Amino acid sequence: MQLTLVHARYQLLEIIRIPVAVFGSAFFPAAAMIFFVVPFAGDDATGATFATASMVTFSVMSANIFQYGIGVAEDRDQPWNPYTRTLPAGPAPRFAGRVLAGLALTYLSLIPVVVIGATLTAAHLSPAAFLLAAGTVAVISVPFTLMGLAIGYSLPSKAAIVIAQVVFLPLAFGGGLLSAPGEAPGFIETIAPYLPTRGAAELMWASVGDFRVQPLALIMLGVWVVVLASLAGWAYRRDEGRRFS
Amino acid sequence: MTLARADQASRRYGDVLALDRVDLEVRAGELVGLLGPNGAGKSTLMNLLVGLRRPSSGRVELFGGDPRDPATRRQIGVTPQETGLPGTLRVGEVVDFVSAHYADPVPRGELLDRFGLGDLGKRQTGGLSGGQRRRLAVALAFVGRPRLVLLDEPTTGLDVAARHTLWEAIRAFHTDGGTVLLSSHYLEEVEALAHRVVVIGQGRVLVDDTVDAVRGIVGVRRVSLVADQLPDLPGLVRTERIDGRLHLLTTDADELVRALVRAGTTFSDLEVRPTSLEEAFLAITSGDQPTGEQPATAAAGGQPTTV
Repeated sequence: MQLTLVHARYQLLEIIRIPVAVFGSAFFPAAAMIFFVVPFAGDDATGATFATASMVTFSVMSANIFQYGIGVAEDRDQPWNPYTRTLPAGPAPRFAGRVLAGLALTYLSLIPVVVIGATLTAAHLSPAAFLLAAGTVAVISVPFTLMGLAIGYSLPSKAAIVIAQVVFLPLAFGGGLLSAPGEAPGFIETIAPYLPTRGAAELMWASVGDFRVQPLALIMLGVWVVVLASLAGWAYRRDEGRRFS
Repeated sequence: MTLARADQASRRYGDVLALDRVDLEVRAGELVGLLGPNGAGKSTLMNLLVGLRRPSSGRVELFGGDPRDPATRRQIGVTPQETGLPGTLRVGEVVDFVSAHYADPVPRGELLDRFGLGDLGKRQTGGLSGGQRRRLAVALAFVGRPRLVLLDEPTTGLDVAARHTLWEAIRAFHTDGGTVLLSSHYLEEVEALAHRVVVIGQGRVLVDDTVDAVRGIVGVRRVSLVADQLPDLPGLVRTERIDGRLHLLTTDADELVRALVRAGTTFSDLEVRPTSLEEAFLAITSGDQPTGEQPATAAAGGQPTTV
């Protein structure tokens, strides 16, 4: 456990030394807040709260897909990574440390969205709901962490960058993150429940307001978690087999 | 006591046999040099011994245990062939990170001083010169007060002064009772440090002997001449005929020439040249093995010498 914290700490240090990397995952959702949410839903407390929750989901998704997808793929290129395997610790502390650092960075990248929501819009949350929402963030990180790991462990870094960029926009739009709950254009409403972003967004909406989660979206989210977990597990084992067996 | 052992260890990557039934024992207090050309299998052997790879067949052991078990790696220190330090971390942070894995690490300042890096603790590793990075990578092997260090080409890319600093540090560690297995393609380096040399070629242990004995093998000369018939000649390591010229690799060129003359052999266009380390490697590694003291005639398909 102690070693996990050590690994998490140094991975965070490595990332934070290049602030632009952190800025990157926070930028797009923050910009979307300013351009779409503030002018259109800014005055309506309920709408602004839901919209901020959507952007938080967006931010969680992009932060996780990018940092794991690209971070893991880049790490696999570095000789430092096998070196750490010669230290008297197995691969577990490094892996757990990475997930811990990833979660910390996810929260960090949410700060601009939350600050914009709180100051420039009428969005409002009770302290209890805020804590519930913060906890929900950890839950909805799971599918996107797995997706990032699957990308990072199965692709070389140059391909991982492209794939991460290709998947994240359709997931955001298709899941209806850029529309108020139930008000996305027709075909998006049809496909949204089948995307992991929708289930995640619905959990966020339910944590911040009066929203009833659709069973279909939730079931599909569960299916995604199982599929992505087996994909990530397969890619991880394959990579271990190639490099360490 | 044996600290590291390979017992008939083989390692295959797809179709390539990188290590072929290697036997090696490193005993406490030894300083063993692993010598061989690129691609000979040195790094593969190192990777097996530090637990990064599993042998395809055979066994490897560290302190009598499995190197893949983290607990057995507590008493080793490793420098991989490639440096690859995280560029954004400071030198001190990298040392602290590695230290965190050991119960009783060497204090950071002391370690950095020992490797001539004392004033670089605050620098990011990405801003170091290649030589400084390499020295740091070697220093990291010593953080955990190991009993055995495995250094894979530790001084590759260093200038002479930096190389000597590293040699001093490695010697000091050995003098204090530490055990060292280091690979290199510089004979000079192995001569300067090691007492025992293991020559690897094409995945096999070709020679495992003292530095003097290997220097004798490597100190081979090439005598080339044009002749139809050769008498039995002493000290011949290898014979080959290229474009009508005979090339004789020998440990004693003077004696060989005397023998040629005594036998009344008709020859012309005699040349005697020293062989490079590479040629000597090739002589040892090409399958026509030197058979120690025995004079060998042309292209005898001998067994690898494992002395």
